[in-house]
Amino acid sequence: MLSIKDLHASVDGKTILNGLSLTVNPGEVHAIMGPNGSGKSTLGHVLAGRPGYEAISGSVEFLGQNLLELETEERAHLGLFLAFQYPVEIPGVSNMEFLKASVDAARKERGEPALDAVTFMKMAREASKIVDLDPAFLKRGVNEGFSGGEKKRNELMQMMLLEPKLAIMDETDSGLDIDALQVVANGVNSMRNKDRSFILVTHYQRLLNFIEPDFVHVLSGGKIVRSGDKSLALELEERGYAWVADEVA
Amino acid sequence: MSQEQINEAIAKEYAAGFVTQIESDTLPPGLDEDVIRFISGRKNEPEWLLEWRLEAYRSWCEMAEPEWAHVHYPEIDFNTISYFSSPKSMEDRPKSLDEVDPELLETYEKLGIPLHEQEMLAGVAVDAVFDSVSVATTFREKLAEAGVIFCSISEAVHEYPDLVRKHLGSVVPRKDNFYAALNSAVFSDGSFVYIPKGVRCPMELSTYFRINEANTGQFERTLIVADEGSHVSYLEGCTAPMRDENQVHAAVVELVALDNAEIKYSTVQNWYPGDAEGKGGIYNFVTKRGVAHTNAKISWTQVETGSAVTWKYPSCILRGDNSVGEFYSVALTNNFQQADTGTKMIHLGKNTRSTIISKGISAGKSSNAYRGLVRMSPKATGARNYTQCDSLLIGDRCAAHTFPYIESRNPSAVIEHEATTSKVSDDQLYLCLQRGLDAEKAVSMIVNGFCKEVFKELPMEFAVEAGKLLEVSLEGSVG
Repeated sequence: MLSIKDLHASVDGKTILNGLSLTVNPGEVHAIMGPNGSGKSTLGHVLAGRPGYEAISGSVEFLGQNLLELETEERAHLGLFLAFQYPVEIPGVSNMEFLKASVDAARKERGEPALDAVTFMKMAREASKIVDLDPAFLKRGVNEGFSGGEKKRNELMQMMLLEPKLAIMDETDSGLDIDALQVVANGVNSMRNKDRSFILVTHYQRLLNFIEPDFVHVLSGGKIVRSGDKSLALELEERGYAWVADEVA
Repeated sequence: MSQEQINEAIAKEYAAGFVTQIESDTLPPGLDEDVIRFISGRKNEPEWLLEWRLEAYRSWCEMAEPEWAHVHYPEIDFNTISYFSSPKSMEDRPKSLDEVDPELLETYEKLGIPLHEQEMLAGVAVDAVFDSVSVATTFREKLAEAGVIFCSISEAVHEYPDLVRKHLGSVVPRKDNFYAALNSAVFSDGSFVYIPKGVRCPMELSTYFRINEANTGQFERTLIVADEGSHVSYLEGCTAPMRDENQVHAAVVELVALDNAEIKYSTVQNWYPGDAEGKGGIYNFVTKRGVAHTNAKISWTQVETGSAVTWKYPSCILRGDNSVGEFYSVALTNNFQQADTGTKMIHLGKNTRSTIISKGISAGKSSNAYRGLVRMSPKATGARNYTQCDSLLIGDRCAAHTFPYIESRNPSAVIEHEATTSKVSDDQLYLCLQRGLDAEKAVSMIVNGFCKEVFKELPMEFAVEAGKLLEVSLEGSVG
């Protein structure tokens, strides 16, 4: 599904990723861990195509296409979703309107007709229930006045409605209390299937207690320095990131 | 891109108009008392109106064009303008939509304007007129039942001389300002509305359905009188791009809301804004003002997206106690457009209240200024004003300005002013793109959200169109 080979990337001229390689197969859940500044979030943004985040060399193939050549929205249409660490507010634009426009844009690309408002409303209400968000939030402006936890759950709701093939979750667990964490984990787990893959970017092992990853990677200095199964996360929790960094050095 | 073609088409139309005008009775350019006598004579006006016009003209001669607005344009030579021309003849008009500029049709399409309305807007001869006349006729019958008068102001001068004479110039005096004086001297035509005591006008009145409307021209004059306890909602303009070979427009609108009456006046202005290089476009110098008597309410809602230069301040004089004034505005400028617009709320009566919500959006290399005056007179005990003035910038070559003037001569008056300036942020755009929206859709959605408080004041069908209009007007504003 996703094949990253020797990726070097810079943000505003500063090199952040230094030869990162990663392969994600359909249905797999990969956790990316690592200390602050190791390039975890950068990876997500480079894959999603954030303006200013540029790949210098290396290749990224996503569903048989050269991802780096595609526009940001084209990557989204292909089924790449990024749950933001800090979701922005769009005042005055209702969540509902925003969600419907995104879902319809994806449907249009697939040659499907736009959903009628009633059907969509039903879908959105159901999704809001799963992420434990009051349906009243659908009428409010996108993230407008939402608490940190509500913003994260709103991201999750968007993911459920867009049904991506690959979801990258950028520190979705940060700032969540244990109940909210459980809600997010349940949401992700309910979406896991043999065709859908996840990349979970996280600082803490805690999230992985609820979402069991197939692989755990440690990112340091802009590349993956160690990979393993979920036991690696536990080891990291115990020994800290310095241990991996030291070992590599 | 598209602008160029539109411009080309306009140039063509102008050339065509120029040649055929010889056969019709068009005055040569220039303005003097004889011209005014000619206009008045052609309209068969009573002596008092001729005198009224002449006096306006004499005042105008001694006035200077205002220069305080934050707009820049070459000096206008008012002697190069022709002040009277009869409507285009049928032969001169396009015979069908096939003869209309395809670019214009595409815009109509984007705005979702039905076919027969497209024909009317594009000035197609024959059938379309038949259609609109029949609509207008049923419309008129219904209004007549309610006793509502809705006709052209030329007609009203003859049919309802007392009403016109009593109120014309009562809100915007002839000497009010340079453009109002010019308009008073040479006004071509416009609308007259009278709502009798206690009557709630059974439908939205729209210039769009008024017959005899073919050529209201560049000096439009509108007078709306709502008698005691009556209610009317009036719509001016439409979202379709309005094209006119006259570059200078100076309209005057006067509203009179007698005791307990309510007037809601909504405008969508989409005159030709000039091309992407800033060539051409309409200069729009408008004076709009209403007087609210005891317990009366006047509400202005405007969506301004057109014109190269806009100079416009729909205002309320809150004369009666407890009267209410409202101003809701969205002004969008793109490319090289310039707008200096806002309102005046003059609080004279006790416990008068006013609300100002202004949303300015600047894109391209445009300049957008809000200019507003809130004046609390010594007698305006307990008066209140709330002003919210927000500017949104798209890109980094445009400008937004805010010029609020606040004068309070009554210690019990309360005035609140809030202002914000924001940019469509890269993060907002990125969120939209990541969710699969294209950049233009994203910007129009963000801008629509920004304008929501104003759009909800518009009559339903207008609100939907206004949203689409912003989308079309913003085309090309994001890289």
